[in-house]
Amino acid sequence: MRIGEHDWNLDPIGRHIWRGQLEVGQLLALAREVKEEGGQLVALWGADDRRLGGGFSIHAAFLTSSGLAWATSALSADAPVYPDLAHIFPQADRMQRATFDLLGIRAESAVDDRKWLRHNAWAEGDFPLRKDFTRLTPHASRLTEVDAYPFIRVQGDGVHEIPVGPIHAGTIEPGHFRFSVIGDRVLRLEERFGYTHKGIEKRFEGMDIATGAKLAGRVSGDSHSAFAWSCCMAVEMATASEVPERALWLRALFLEIERVANHLGDLGYLGNDVALTFGFMQFWRLKEDWLRMSAKLFGHRYLFDCIVPGGVAADIDNAGMIELGGICARIEAEVQELKAIYDEHATLQDRFANTGICKPDLAARLGFTGLAGRASAQAWDARAQFPQAPYDQLDVNMATQRRGDVLARAEVRFAEVHESLRLIREILKRLPTGEIRAPLKPVQAMCEGLGWVEGWRGGVLVAVRIDASGKLDRVHPHDPSWQNWPLLEIGMLGNIVPDFPLINKSFNLSYSGPDL
Amino acid sequence: MATHLILRKIFKTGIVTEPAVKADPSLRTREQELHEEILKVFGQAVAIRHVDAGSCNGCELEIHAINGPHYNIDGMGVKFSASPRHVDVLLVTGPVSRHMEEALKRAYDATPEPKWVVAMGECACTGGMFGESYASCGKISNVIPVDVEIPGCPPTPVALLQGILAAVGKGRK
Ligand code: SF4
Repeated sequence: MRIGEHDWNLDPIGRHIWRGQLEVGQLLALAREVKEEGGQLVALWGADDRRLGGGFSIHAAFLTSSGLAWATSALSADAPVYPDLAHIFPQADRMQRATFDLLGIRAESAVDDRKWLRHNAWAEGDFPLRKDFTRLTPHASRLTEVDAYPFIRVQGDGVHEIPVGPIHAGTIEPGHFRFSVIGDRVLRLEERFGYTHKGIEKRFEGMDIATGAKLAGRVSGDSHSAFAWSCCMAVEMATASEVPERALWLRALFLEIERVANHLGDLGYLGNDVALTFGFMQFWRLKEDWLRMSAKLFGHRYLFDCIVPGGVAADIDNAGMIELGGICARIEAEVQELKAIYDEHATLQDRFANTGICKPDLAARLGFTGLAGRASAQAWDARAQFPQAPYDQLDVNMATQRRGDVLARAEVRFAEVHESLRLIREILKRLPTGEIRAPLKPVQAMCEGLGWVEGWRGGVLVAVRIDASGKLDRVHPHDPSWQNWPLLEIGMLGNIVPDFPLINKSFNLSYSGPDL
Repeated sequence: MATHLILRKIFKTGIVTEPAVKADPSLRTREQELHEEILKVFGQAVAIRHVDAGSCNGCELEIHAINGPHYNIDGMGVKFSASPRHVDVLLVTGPVSRHMEEALKRAYDATPEPKWVVAMGECACTGGMFGESYASCGKISNVIPVDVEIPGCPPTPVALLQGILAAVGKGRK
């Protein structure tokens, strides 16, 4: 694979997905060349390979001009270190710290080496993702060390701190925000997460493939189809199994239904957060109709467990297609009406515009991704640029904006609702006939695969290693919120505290997804 | 201009609220001490604080959903509050992650008596797919006493409302 000036030892293992082993010293050079040609770091994780006769390994997935490059470097068992990538790609920072907390693999000379996922469930020096870590109970001192996280202090006349969370005032996931403010103006926001860390990666180990796909779908429930599809894509790649055409098209149908559901909900909440309750009620009425349609046609309001290894577990008949087509047309018309109201509403526009700005150049430097990234001119959408089937036959129109404020993120959502509704009708029109599920090929030896899906929030990636007995050995699910949370800290700078709920909602990032 | 469009849309939409859901007593895990006096006071109105103790965020989607116009929970006297100090019911989702154990206990202690705890979703009732591990305490009742368990992954809005109403007594007459 060619990146920048050089040919790298990376070979295609799927459509737009490349894989290779690199000397650990080369990792830095690869990262630099990816950066130079305008690429990004997508994910970084580690593995304990000592039972396979090796030491540890560090894995990095890069977004390049020819697709996703998955590079792996072997590390020694005694001193597992690799070069810091955060000085090239700042989004690596928290991923590196989490990798240390879980595996004891260290990024050499990283500026920030504070703990990230570890609070008090395991002791410093314990590494739960090492294969020889088998303890099921927490370590004894868990109640003494409540939270000794070293926040960065802002000092000066009149500066004070507002600590928020882990339990928030609204119905959202738990996390901690530390605001340093003067008056109402935010000088610094620092996030502290890991509260919903529930040991998902460890849980995968030894699981059968079908159960693993269900668990992957519960990494972040609002992105169920994206994670379940990524996981299934990875195991299908690992086992070289074919998926029936119809199943692939139905997976795309489910993914777009999921996107519409989430965008409708967010557009309602954005209205709510500027005191336009009308917007909330209208969009949540549409969302409820949409969810009921999913329950009626596919058996679950959020399509849980509809995507399974080898295909899908729910189909659609002619009557269902007519019904789904009908509701798409109705929702499209109603969203247009509501958009006209949002456009006309002076208070809403005033609160949305110029609030929570992430400028395009900073967004590029920090690796802003997904729908929020597209609102800051980061024009990446795997469905458009690196399409997996059936998106390669669908010609997805990517939505982008340059303003990088709340308004831009709302605009991208509006555009994507319309595009998804178009795609759904297109899929219904061209849905191939045939089987919806095929058995996976039996596993003969240890094998690996990677799935990559553009979920509603952004690119979701799942890397899978299956052992010779057909059980999952290592699974790493990656949520795009990893890259985007640090941008929320940036977007808040200079804004007032009361605008935080609005700005936060305009990002709508996942806690459970990256906490794992 | 926007006002005109809003009013037109409201009239066109009409009222979409559906008949109120009834309590489902079978979801109760223990015989609650339902003091007649207390029920007289808030048997028809209940304040809830939601605590996500480590869920996947799927259950939260349905909590949002019951706040929508189809369900009109305000009309049933059900209200979500920002502080545990103002509520009768803690609605808890997820398995309890070790990192949320302390916060959940504190929220429970901060809720004034009499109080009821509703565990929402498979994870909250049994630990679900996450189970018990170095990072997860499993089901809610491993950490605080639970009055009502609502199964489902996630439970539907109707099941959720049946469970909430079961917690506080007879529910809407
Ligand atoms: S019950 Fe299901 S939806 Fe609810 S937190 Fe657990 S996995 Fe998520």
